[in-house]
Formats: sequence, structure tokens, C-alpha cells
Amino acid sequence: MSVDFWINVGVLAGIYGIFTLGLQLNAGFTGLLNFGQAGFMAIGAYSVGIFVVSWGLPLWLAFLLAVALAVAAGMLVGISALRLRSHHFAIATIGFAEIVRYTLQNAEFSGGNQGLIGFDDDWRSVNEWALSKLASVELDAYTQLPLLLAIWATFLVLLVTMELLQRTPWARVLRGIREDEDATAALGKNTFSYKLQSLGIAAALAAIAGFFVSLNITYLYPTVFDPTFTFFGYAILVLGGLGSYTGVALGSIIFWVLLEGTRLMETSLSAGQQSSLRFVIVGLSLILLSRLRPQGILGNRNELRAEP
Amino acid sequence: MATLVETGEAAIEDSTQPPRFARLPRPVILLLVLVAILCGLIAVFGPTMAAQATLNGFVAGGYIGLGAIGLTLVFGMLKVVNFAHGDLMVSGAYLTILLAWLGVPLPLGMLLAVTGTAALALATEKLVWRPLRRAGAGTLQLFLSAIGLGLVIRSTIQFFAGSQVRTLGANVVTSIAFGPLRMGTLQAVAFVVGLVAMVIVGLALRYTNIGKEMRALADNRALAEVSGINTSRIIDITWTISGCLAGLAGVLYATAIGSFNPNFGITLLLGLFAATILGGIGNAYGALVGGIVIGLSQEWSTLLFNARWKPVVGFTLLILMLLFMPQGIFGRTRRRS
Repeated sequence: MSVDFWINVGVLAGIYGIFTLGLQLNAGFTGLLNFGQAGFMAIGAYSVGIFVVSWGLPLWLAFLLAVALAVAAGMLVGISALRLRSHHFAIATIGFAEIVRYTLQNAEFSGGNQGLIGFDDDWRSVNEWALSKLASVELDAYTQLPLLLAIWATFLVLLVTMELLQRTPWARVLRGIREDEDATAALGKNTFSYKLQSLGIAAALAAIAGFFVSLNITYLYPTVFDPTFTFFGYAILVLGGLGSYTGVALGSIIFWVLLEGTRLMETSLSAGQQSSLRFVIVGLSLILLSRLRPQGILGNRNELRAEP
Repeated sequence: MATLVETGEAAIEDSTQPPRFARLPRPVILLLVLVAILCGLIAVFGPTMAAQATLNGFVAGGYIGLGAIGLTLVFGMLKVVNFAHGDLMVSGAYLTILLAWLGVPLPLGMLLAVTGTAALALATEKLVWRPLRRAGAGTLQLFLSAIGLGLVIRSTIQFFAGSQVRTLGANVVTSIAFGPLRMGTLQAVAFVVGLVAMVIVGLALRYTNIGKEMRALADNRALAEVSGINTSRIIDITWTISGCLAGLAGVLYATAIGSFNPNFGITLLLGLFAATILGGIGNAYGALVGGIVIGLSQEWSTLLFNARWKPVVGFTLLILMLLFMPQGIFGRTRRRS
């Protein structure tokens, strides 16, 4: 029981780690306040569900298409909203995420509030195969273990990729945009295109996270993609540190251990009260971190944009 | 299309060039568009239904506008996008419930709830915003603190009151009839109170010394400071007024709608942003008009689509405004600051 509990914490930490890598690229390295990440995650997860259930595509093809679709959505948001200054861009992206959620909640194709089910058969067969392998080391009692391994393997590959990407001239341009967009543009860089690429990659990362969310919960319904979860990502981001990809992994683990750990405490509170309490904790940590240690645990103060 | 995009660019590039198509002042264009839509609705759905939706739209516009004024005042002065504003409205509504539960008569309870919300807003300034300003916080920190604050307020209310739908326990059945049109008595009261409050705030901003000092501060903080304006006092007053209006808007929402849960603030928030941006950020009169436009659009949309799409109208207008007219209907051409 207890091991399964911590496996689940690991699953969540991995999923939100992938999710927050995108926020790190946008907010940490490009200076883009993307508050619509949960919307991209929803697009990724729901596309997987719809492609498999309604179109009968295999899960893996659906996954690739979902990532492509999320990137397309990122382009759409970017092309229309990137001209705006930072406050307005942030509000526009939240508006985008809310529109996605309301559409999923009320439209026919997404199953509305009933949600979508029955898209993960391909994953189940993989899961069983992996469990049969794990049986040789007597770990096959933990049915979520293959998912955990898949998520963390993906997360680490993406983490290393982002870290390597960070050393390229491309990433230096992004940081140049964060520090002073006009100066970067004056050097002859097409800053709009760079920002668009940054947003597109973040959307792809969100879609990958969404894919794993759908495998984890096996049942898609709109409230899983509440825009509030973007703020979970930001809490992880400032906890781990702005401008550090390793910080994302650390932040995500700390965040979910603390948050899920509250479930282990013996309390007489009702389920609803416990969940409210968890949100209070997230809110307080956002306020306190912004105030006391805006660069986070592993963050570098020099990576923090001083000018608002 | 080309001209529209150009308008958007103008605001971003801090250009003082007026858009080419704007021969007519934008408020006049807005009025014409609204009248045209109303005529269309009357033609399609008949005068009774159109008028009823319009009436409902004005009621919704009342609380959206009141909420938006508080939001715009704070943004204009402190450049804080207060994501907790919707949750301040929720506090107003739930304080009323709390006081009613304690046995305070409803009207007095509402008054106390508005005061309590104002005190809460002032407390956020003292505990969160002032220290952040002193520390020279950047945009991201301000954003995250506002979001965190909203989560704390909303979840605390949810912790004590639960997430189930509640009512104020007032009589929502009686209604006033204007010919074929009906309006709940409480809705009518909410609308009148909202209108009076907006007029009072508008006049106070224009004619009182504090109002003038507030506007001076919003225009140029450093200049206001060297002119001998006590800026921290004015900022305190601004937060108090903002909280007061948010509390009032929340109470009026609760009165007009009847049933609500702690999430109504976050649902309304994007509508408030839309109203704020429509009216031009920092412009209280603009926010009022913006609120009414949003309220009307949402209620009119119920004639065309299922009512469950109502909030989407607010978001869509928000995004359209941001894309094509980020300086708003009454936007002054932006100055460098």
C-alpha cells in the first residue's frame, strides 16, 4: 500500500517535471509568461483519447499526432498573442487555457463532463509485458511501476535534451530576448520566431505530460486540466529554481512529496477540507517563495530578470 | 483586417499614431455596434426576449463593472494584475453568509461583509504587496504572489464553507414586472445599488482630493511623490476602495444570481479582465462601460447559444480585445513611463 502510494507520488512528480520543463524554457529562459500550459496539456491528452477512441488509431500514432496538434495550438496562440507585452500575454494565455477547458467540458466530441475512457489498451499490453519482466525480480505486484519507469526515463531524456539545447547559440538568443528584446532584435535576430519556437517546444512538452496523465488516470475529464495546474507548475518552477533544468526535477519531487505527504497525516478533516488545505499550501508556498527566495533552491540570481 | 492588426501594433509600439480607420471616436463605434446587435436580436427573437436579455445584461454588467473598477484601479496604480480579485468578491459573498449564520440581519451583514473584504484587501497590501515592492520584485514574482494569494483565499473559504452550492437565504422568488419583462426584486436592487456605487466612485475619483491624488499616482509615481503626495497612504486607500468594490460586487453577484460556490470568483475573473482591458487599463469609467458591454454580450449570447457557453463569451471577448485593441475603447495613447 505504502509503496504504491510513493510510486504514485513519483508518477506525479515525473509528469509535472516534464510539464514544468516547458515553463522553465518559457518563463525561466525566454522571459515569456506562459500561463496556458495546462491548456496545451489538455489538448495533448484529449487528442490522444479522441484519436484512439473515435478514429481507431493506434495509441503511439495518436501520441505523435497529439504532440503535433499541441505544437500547432502553441503556434496559434503564439502568432496571435506574442506581440503583446508581458502582462497582456500572460492574461491571454490564461484565457486560452480556460477556453480549452470550457470547450472540453461542453462540447460533444470530448464527451463533456462524462469524459473519455477506453483509449489505453495498447498501453495495458505494454504494461503487462513489463510486469512479466519485473516478475523475475519479484516487483510485479506494483502495477504502476512500469508507468513510473516510462515517465522517468522520458523525463530524464527530455531533461538532458533541454540541458544540451541550453548550450547552443539558439538558447543564448532566447536569454538575450529575456534580458533585452530590443537589443537582441537590433543584432538582427528574428525575436518573434525565437519566442514562437520556445512556446512550441513548451506546448510539445505539455502534450507529452498530458499523454502520461491520460495513461495514469485512464479516464479523461475536464477538471483534470484545470488551469490551476499551470500554477502547480509555476510553484515547482520557483521551488526548484529559475534558470535550472535540474532544479525542475528537484522542485517537482519536493513539491509532490510535500503535497501528497499531507495525505499521510492522520487528521479528522473531510476529503474536501484536505484538498482545500493542499491548495492553501500551494498558494502560501507561491507567496513565500516569491518573497523570500525568488530564485528558488537551485536557481541562479543572475538568471532572474530584474526589470519587470 | 490589415487596419485592425495595425491598431493592435500601435498600442504595443507605444506609438501615438491614431489608427487610420478611426474617423469616429471609438466609444461611438462601440455604441453603434451594440445598437446594431440589439436591433438584430430584436429582429430575430422579438422585442420581449431581446429586452429581457438586455435587462439581464445590465444586471450582470453592474457586478462585473464594479469588480472591474477595483481591478483596474490597482493595476493602473501598482501594475499588479490582481488574480485574487475574483476571490475577494467570493469573500464578500461568504462573509455575508457567515454573518447571516451568526444571526446578523442580512442588509447589515452585507454592509459588514463589504467592510470585511476591504480590510482583507488592505491586509494583502500590508502583508504581501508592500514587502514585495520594497524588495523590487519582478513581473513573475508579482504574478505568482497574486495567484498564490487567490488560491489561499479561495481554498480557505472552501475549507470552512465547503464547495457545495450555497445561497444567501434571501427571498429570490418575488419579481417586479415591467410590462412583459420580469426582473427579480433582488436583481433590481442589486442593479440599482451597483449603479449608485459606480457613480459615487466615478464622482469621487474626479472631484475629491484623494481621487485626484490617486489619479496623479497612477500617472506618474515619482512625480506624485515629489509633489508631496503621501504615496503609501494613497496606495492603502486604493486597496481599501478596491476591496470594498470587490466585496460589494461579490455581494451583489450573490444577491442577483442567488446560488454560488467558492469558484465563482475565478470564473468571473476573466470577464473582469475583459472589462478592464475593454475600458482601457487604469480607467475606472472605462471599466464600468467595459463591464456593461461584457454583461450584455454574455446575456445576449444566451439567445444564440446554450447558456453554458456564457463564460466563453467573456474569454473570447478578452482575447479579441487583447489582439486587436489592447489599449481599450477609451485607451489613451500610451505614454512611456
